[in-house]
Amino acid sequence: MKITNKTSSTNQTSKALRKVFSLPASMRDVAMHYCSGCGHGIIHRLICEVIDELEIREKTIGVAPVGCAVLAYDYWNFDTTEASHGRPPAVATGIKRILPERIVFTYQGDGDLAAIGTAEIIHTANRGENITVIFVNNAVYGMTGGQMAPTTILGQKTETTPWGRDAQRDGFPLKISEMLALLSGVVYVERTAVNNAKNVLLTKKAIKKAFLNQIENKGFSLVEILSPCPTYWRMSPVEAVKWIETEMVKYYPLGVIKG
Amino acid sequence: MAYIKIDKEKCKGCLLCMTNCPKGLIIQDEEINIKGVRAVSFKNNSECTGCAFCALMCPDVCIEVYK
Ligand SMILES: Cc1ncc(C[n+]2csc(CCOP(=O)(O)OP(=O)(O)O)c2C)c(N)n1
Ligand code: SF4
Ligand code: SF4
Repeated sequence: MKITNKTSSTNQTSKALRKVFSLPASMRDVAMHYCSGCGHGIIHRLICEVIDELEIREKTIGVAPVGCAVLAYDYWNFDTTEASHGRPPAVATGIKRILPERIVFTYQGDGDLAAIGTAEIIHTANRGENITVIFVNNAVYGMTGGQMAPTTILGQKTETTPWGRDAQRDGFPLKISEMLALLSGVVYVERTAVNNAKNVLLTKKAIKKAFLNQIENKGFSLVEILSPCPTYWRMSPVEAVKWIETEMVKYYPLGVIKG
Repeated sequence: MAYIKIDKEKCKGCLLCMTNCPKGLIIQDEEINIKGVRAVSFKNNSECTGCAFCALMCPDVCIEVYK
């Protein structure tokens, strides 16, 4: 095969047209380490678009997780700190209480939020901390090699459930967003997906609402986003987004859960 | 009238843009890019509406849309 180093394909005849979509200012122009077709990149960009639109870049503080998104601070052009595995809600609580004028959000995978960090997310939500939580549900532990997560769906094959998740042996997939919605301290919970362009736009809308709630001092907001992990679902990126639509949403229905 | 620009060096060849273009204006290259993957190209014609579905789906922010 021939190797090219062409950088772009341009329509030279349409110079007068206006740029309507490009890298958000809150995002750094660097290559991300994510696998081909990984949903983390889409979600990173949506957060940046929302921060730009709300003009809060100078006062936002993100809390990155342990998981594939551990290097998120390298991709975001605003202040971001790092918490140990599962602890972003506790770290965000501290930051928000000391610096209440700052806009504080956590970015967490399902292993981070729904396994090792279960205590932190429940008590942070229950205290009604005025923070925003972006919860990326890709139904596996990506960073460590595709083991079963609490959110792995029944029948799903992972490194630790090679014959598929079995409820009797492995328990049921955890609907943690529905659980959190029951808590009095929680004002807004919505589940979205990034499997097609329409759902990407709905995800952005939900993220914006979750940030606006914080700006308006309403309290704890969480957006759960169904996100493809083609590598550990052992699928092509195109098959992975299809699988969200045909399998994942059956167990994790999309829409507003509370608020 | 609209068009897109694709950063072929950043592209990881996931094809999510291609499958989300309602007009089928994105095609996969035969040759490989600097990353060693088959990136994509814009079929340059006047059908592009600038809907940005491709750019919305691109996990690596490789696409700019002009409208
Ligand atoms: C205290 C601690 N326990 C375990 C680990 C190992 N570990 C790293 S990432 C991870 C799970 C990540 O999965 P998830 O949060 O779903 O994020 P993803 O990688 O899928 O985006 C685990 C168990 C760790 N880093 N620290
Ligand atoms: S392992 Fe999965 S979650 Fe991690 S970067 Fe790759 S596709 Fe994304
Ligand atoms: S969506 Fe982005 S990374 Fe994927 S093939 Fe298209 S331009 Fe390349």
